Amino acid sequence: MAATPIDPSHSAGNGSESSVDDEEIARFEAMADKWWDPEGDFKPLHRLNPVRVGYLRDKVTAHFGSDENAPTPFAGLRILDIGCGGGLLAEPMARLGAQVVGADAGEANIRVARLHAARAGLDIDYRHTTAEALAEAGEKFDVIVNMEVIEHVADVGVFLGACAALLASGGAMAISTLNRTPKSYVAAIIGAEYLLRWLPRGTHNWRKFVKPSELADALAHAGLRLSDIRGLEYNPFGQTWSLGRDTGVNYVGFAVHAGSEN
Amino acid sequence: MARQKKTLSADVAISADVAIAGGGMVGLTLGIGLAQSGLSVVVIDAAPQAELTEPAFDGRSSAIAHASCRLLQGVGIWPHLADRAEPILEIRVTDGPSRQFLHFDQATLGDGPMGYMVENRHTRMGLFARATELDNLRIIAPDKAVSFEAEAAGARLTLESGIIIEAPLVVGAEGRASPLRQWAGIPTRKWQYNQSGIVATIAHELPHCNIAHERFLAPGPFAILPLKGNRSSLVWTVDPALAEEIMSLSPRAFLAEVEKRVGGFLGKLKVIGPRWTYPLGLQFAQRYIDPRLALVGDAAHGIHPIAGQGLNLGLRDVAALIEVLVDARRLGGDIGAADVLDRYQRWRRADSLALALATDGLNRLFSNDIAPIRALRDMGLAAINRMPAAKRFFMRHARGTVGKLPKLLKGEAV
Ligand SMILES: Cc1cc2nc3c(=O)[nH]c(=O)nc-3n(C[C@H](O)[C@H](O)[C@H](O)COP(=O)(O)OP(=O)(O)OC[C@H]3O[C@@H](n4cnc5c(N)ncnc54)[C@H](O)[C@@H]3O)c2cc1C
Repeated sequence: MAATPIDPSHSAGNGSESSVDDEEIARFEAMADKWWDPEGDFKPLHRLNPVRVGYLRDKVTAHFGSDENAPTPFAGLRILDIGCGGGLLAEPMARLGAQVVGADAGEANIRVARLHAARAGLDIDYRHTTAEALAEAGEKFDVIVNMEVIEHVADVGVFLGACAALLASGGAMAISTLNRTPKSYVAAIIGAEYLLRWLPRGTHNWRKFVKPSELADALAHAGLRLSDIRGLEYNPFGQTWSLGRDTGVNYVGFAVHAGSEN
Repeated sequence: MARQKKTLSADVAISADVAIAGGGMVGLTLGIGLAQSGLSVVVIDAAPQAELTEPAFDGRSSAIAHASCRLLQGVGIWPHLADRAEPILEIRVTDGPSRQFLHFDQATLGDGPMGYMVENRHTRMGLFARATELDNLRIIAPDKAVSFEAEAAGARLTLESGIIIEAPLVVGAEGRASPLRQWAGIPTRKWQYNQSGIVATIAHELPHCNIAHERFLAPGPFAILPLKGNRSSLVWTVDPALAEEIMSLSPRAFLAEVEKRVGGFLGKLKVIGPRWTYPLGLQFAQRYIDPRLALVGDAAHGIHPIAGQGLNLGLRDVAALIEVLVDARRLGGDIGAADVLDRYQRWRRADSLALALATDGLNRLFSNDIAPIRALRDMGLAAINRMPAAKRFFMRHARGTVGKLPKLLKGEAV
C-alpha cells in the first residue's frame, strides 16, 4: 500500500496546504476516485481487501478476547495503519470501531485518503509521516497494521524497530508482504496483472521481497514474535484471493511481543 | 471539506447506515433485520402508521411460506404475530370442471406446516411491535422522499418535510410504483393481465381444517385460504369487466356468487368486511440496483398472485440483502459499494425472474379454456400427483425452500 503509482510528485513539499485551489482539489478528487474504483487501477487491492480485513478482524478479536460478531469489534482499540495509501484498510477498520491513525509517506495519498474519509463521514486521523517519526514522538498503538510496506522500505530492521517501539504493551502487529521465491520472481517478471499494477511502474524490486524467515528474524530482533503466518493465494481466473498455505508469493502474518502467549 | 452542504435553514440532517423508502411488509422487515444486526436504519413511509393497521386500509391476507416464516423468526417478528397466524397443512389444487386434483399435504414433507395465513394488518402490527424494540431503527411517517442524490461515497435522500438523510445506501421498497426506481431511470418490463383480483373474507359454519384450495376456473384461479377461526380469505381472479360487475353486486348477490364457487363443504357462508379489487400484472425491473440504491419487494418485481408468492419473493430479497450487507459490514466495508450491491443483484434477479415466469406460465396455462390445453394440463396434474418426487418439488416451491437460500431463510443467524 505504500506503493505510490498515482502520486506523480512525491515532492508536493509542504507548507502550501492552506492555499489549495479548486484545480488541485479536482485533481485529488480524481485520484480518490481512482483509488476507490473497485474495477480501476487498484482492483487487485480491492479484491484482496476483504481477505485482509477478515484476517485482521479474526486475529485481533482473538488476541484481545473481543466478540468478532459485534457490530464494532474494534471498539476501544487505537490502530495505526502504516502505509495507508488511499485508506482502503483504514476505512474498514474505522467502521469496525477502531480509532485509526493512517500514516503514509506519500503526501498525495494522505490528501486522497482524507478527502475520501470525509466524503464517507468517517473520522480518521491521517498523517503525512513515517513510522520512525511517530516513534520519535512517543505515540503508542494497540494494533499496527503493516500491509504491503516492508518490501518498499530502505532498511527492514530499522523500520520494524520503529514499529515495535510504537506498539503498546500487549499489542499486536499484522504484516503482509511478498515472498522472495522463484515463483514470485516469475510472477513479477511475466507481470502477473496484479503485481504489475501493484508495484510502481518500472521498479523491479523483487530483490527487496522478504522471506518469512527473514521477517521472523527481523521481528525477533525488535522483540516481537511471529505467532501466525498464512499464504494469501491469488486465483487469476476468478480474480479472487483467499487465505491458504501457499506463502510463495503473498503472505500475511501476526506478531506479538516476544514474551506473550498467543 | 469537499462536500458543500446546502444551507436551508429548515433542514434537519440525519445520518444512518441505511435509509429505506417504503415501510410496507417488505421494507419494514428489512429495516428490522438490519437494525437487529447492528446497523442504524431509517424507514420512511408515506402512510400514517395508525392507518396501516386499520382493517379498512388493507383487507388482504398473505400466505407466508415456511421459509419466510423462518426469516420472520430470525429477526424477532414472528413472536409478535404467531398467535394470529393460521397454519396451512394441506393444499388442494383443482382444475375446474375436470375434477382432477393435485393434493399436497405436510405429511409428504413431514416437517410442519407449508406456510401460514396472516392478515396483512396483523403482520403490520407485529412489525411495528418489533420495530419499537429496536433503538437503532427509526420510522418517519407520514413522509416521503422528494429527491435522491447518489454521490461517490454516499447518498442523500431529501424528504417532503425537509428532513435530509445521508446514508451509504438507500433502499427502494415503495411497492410497484417505486419513485426511487423511476428517478434512477431503471426501466421495467410489464405485462398487464387482462385480469383483476377480487379479495374478500368469509366466515363459515364448518372448519376449514387448515386446507388451502386453489381452483383453476376458466376465467382465472379462485383460492380459498384458511384464516384463524372459522374464516377464510378468498382471492378470485376474473377479467376486469366482470370484476367491476362483481364489485357492484349487492351483498346478497355477491354472497350468492361466492357460494356458487366455494360450494357446500364449509357449510353456511357469510361475507365479512369489505371486498377489494386489484388490477393484476407482472412487472419486473431490469436492474435491482443503481449507484447507492437497491430495490426490494414489489419495487423490484410484481408477480401474478396465483401462487401467493409476491410477499414471499420480497422477503427472499430481504434475507439476501441482509446477508450481503451484514457480510460487508463485518469486514468494515462500505455497504453501498458497487460490488456489494452487485452481489445482491446477482443473487436475487435470476430467482425472481424464474418465479415470475413460472407463475406467468401457470396463469396462462390455467386461465385458458381451449380443450387441448385443458387435456394437457389435466394430464400434467394427474401425472404430478402420481409422482412423489415431482410433488415434493412443487411443494418445496410452495414452502419457499428451493434455490440458493440466504441463511435467514434456512433458519440460521447471519
Ligand atoms: C390480490 C392480491 C393478493 C395477494 N396475495 C398474496 C399472498 O397471498 N401472498 C403473498 O406473498 N403475496 C400476495 N400478494 C402480493 C403482496 O401483497 C406484495 O407482493 C407485497 O405486499 C409487497 O410488499 P412491499 O412492501 O414490497 O410493497 P407494498 O406492500 O406495496 O408496500 C409499499 C409501502 O410503501 C409505502 N410508499 C408508497 N410510496 C411511497 C413513497 N413515495 N415514499 C414512502 N413510502 C411510500 C406505502 O405506504 C407502503 O407502506 C398479493 C397481491 C395482490 C394484488
